Amino acid sequence: MTEKSSPTLIARGQFSLQRKDFSLSTAFEVESRGITGIYGASGAGKTTLLRCVAGLEPRVRGQLFVDDVCWQDSALGVFMPPELREIGYVFQDGRLFSHLSVERNLFYGYRRRGGRASRIDPDQIMDLLGLKPLLGRMPRALSGGEQQRVAIGRALLCAPRLVLMDEPLANLDQARKEEILPFLDRIHGALSLPMLYVSHSLYEITRLCDQLVLMEQGAVLAAGDLNQVLTRPDLPLIDSDEAVAVVNAQVLQHDLLYQLTELELLNGGTLWVSAKAGMIGETVRLRILARDVSLSLDLPSESTILNVLPTRIEALSALPGSPFCSAVLRVGEQRIMARMTRKSRDRLSLTEGMRVFAQVKGVAIQPSLAVQPS
Amino acid sequence: MPFEFPGMGPLYLSLQLALTTTAVLLLFGTGLSWWLARTGTRFKPMIEAMVAMPMVLPPTVLGFYLLILMSPDGAIGGFWLRVTGDTLTFSFLGLVIASVLYSLPFVVQPLQNAFEGVSVQSMEAAATLGASPSDAFFSVAVPQARRGFLTATVMGFAHTLGEFGVVLMVGGNIPGQTRVVSIAIYDHVESLQYAQAHTLAAILLAATFVALFALYFLNRRWRND
Repeated sequence: MTEKSSPTLIARGQFSLQRKDFSLSTAFEVESRGITGIYGASGAGKTTLLRCVAGLEPRVRGQLFVDDVCWQDSALGVFMPPELREIGYVFQDGRLFSHLSVERNLFYGYRRRGGRASRIDPDQIMDLLGLKPLLGRMPRALSGGEQQRVAIGRALLCAPRLVLMDEPLANLDQARKEEILPFLDRIHGALSLPMLYVSHSLYEITRLCDQLVLMEQGAVLAAGDLNQVLTRPDLPLIDSDEAVAVVNAQVLQHDLLYQLTELELLNGGTLWVSAKAGMIGETVRLRILARDVSLSLDLPSESTILNVLPTRIEALSALPGSPFCSAVLRVGEQRIMARMTRKSRDRLSLTEGMRVFAQVKGVAIQPSLAVQPS
Repeated sequence: MPFEFPGMGPLYLSLQLALTTTAVLLLFGTGLSWWLARTGTRFKPMIEAMVAMPMVLPPTVLGFYLLILMSPDGAIGGFWLRVTGDTLTFSFLGLVIASVLYSLPFVVQPLQNAFEGVSVQSMEAAATLGASPSDAFFSVAVPQARRGFLTATVMGFAHTLGEFGVVLMVGGNIPGQTRVVSIAIYDHVESLQYAQAHTLAAILLAATFVALFALYFLNRRWRND
């Protein structure tokens, strides 16, 4: 973790909250750049943490500083009410006001708070989210995806110092999710707003976030750079069937004949991905699922798999009772993971420190959205 | 108006009473209903029961106790007499007080129902968007409860217009002061003046129908939009 009151932090705080069936006790920091994901199982305290930051949990004890302004200090009896905290909160269920048109919903917070700040341009936000065609409609006449876009716009128009998103896609089906994600990408790219993004979907987290806070049973288990946390051998994420790594790569060339793009991992070899992506020289973000990576002891000579990377096993991990195990692999300056059966591990006598070849079957690429250097 | 249309004085008085009572009830009833809709106090059922009592009690029972309380020897009436020199019983003000109590449940219950339909989630959203609690109350809770306000206004007004027993007990039958339309009709019938009784009764019948029709009509429109 970075040291306190570093200029790259927008918020730092610590909370403790005791309820009958749940307790939260946590310290956390939020980087002033990019999106910080908060990931954990349901009941881990992700939403409660956001509500504490927003001031919606008046009984929480602790401290919270945002931009070095004290929002809460229980020891001194300071508790800023939610309406004075400069946040933009996007709720899981949208919570549009049913009696107001889309336009009046959007400008509800702008009139009260956002309009005072010159850093917000309503036209830009409405364009980014494609909201202008919806302005005259009533919320109930909108699809679920449209409602969430309006809710996001309404929060951004408050000119927040910190955006809090609580599973904004959880109530939508996969198609609607895919419809909203590009809008979130655009916000991420166009507005450099610090954001806390709560999700229980590793897909959304790895797609959007730069930093990751991992929560378990009301406490922060780990926090830091996204890929560091995703691939840390001492954390439970690597043992998941969904285990995934996020790496940066530079676009080397496009092969128009085969419809492929060649990318270079930072000192880690090159990868081919299908489709034309990015501009030459551009840094892009790649998501590599552990189950899409297999290992072999020798460089395979005849194989349909295009991408083979030389790598070293940094760690091996298996949960007791599981037929599977995970390997954390060093690829240049970054780490990816491979998921295999324990039987395969034993058949190849894989051990930590061993040099092997990683065959990468699938790579998802996200143009023009690189992981921000930490 | 009462002088231009002979016999219409009681109608005019009833309108005045109903308007005043409805205004007072909307003012205080709104606060009480909001509190009842949000509070977690264990006294809530007790307070709800007290609010609902005028709906089931015979008006004469309520009127009897109010008469005792407001008479010059009673706790409230005596105090009022010492402070202002006027008696509360058999006065317009006494009627207003009685009517407010009598019509209280007809205003508080629809409002409380409507406020209970305003979600905590909406109020939280308003707070995160920079609205203070009172701002959120007027910009979110009141508009979302507008059907409750419509019902409360019409029911409070119509119910006060139609009251008989409480008025008779507390206000008596003083022309221009406490002789409201329901009592005037009774009087006319007692003295066999059926023509006058017909006129007032027909006006009341028509007015009540128009008010209730408007209520149900608007209620349906507001639900649909």
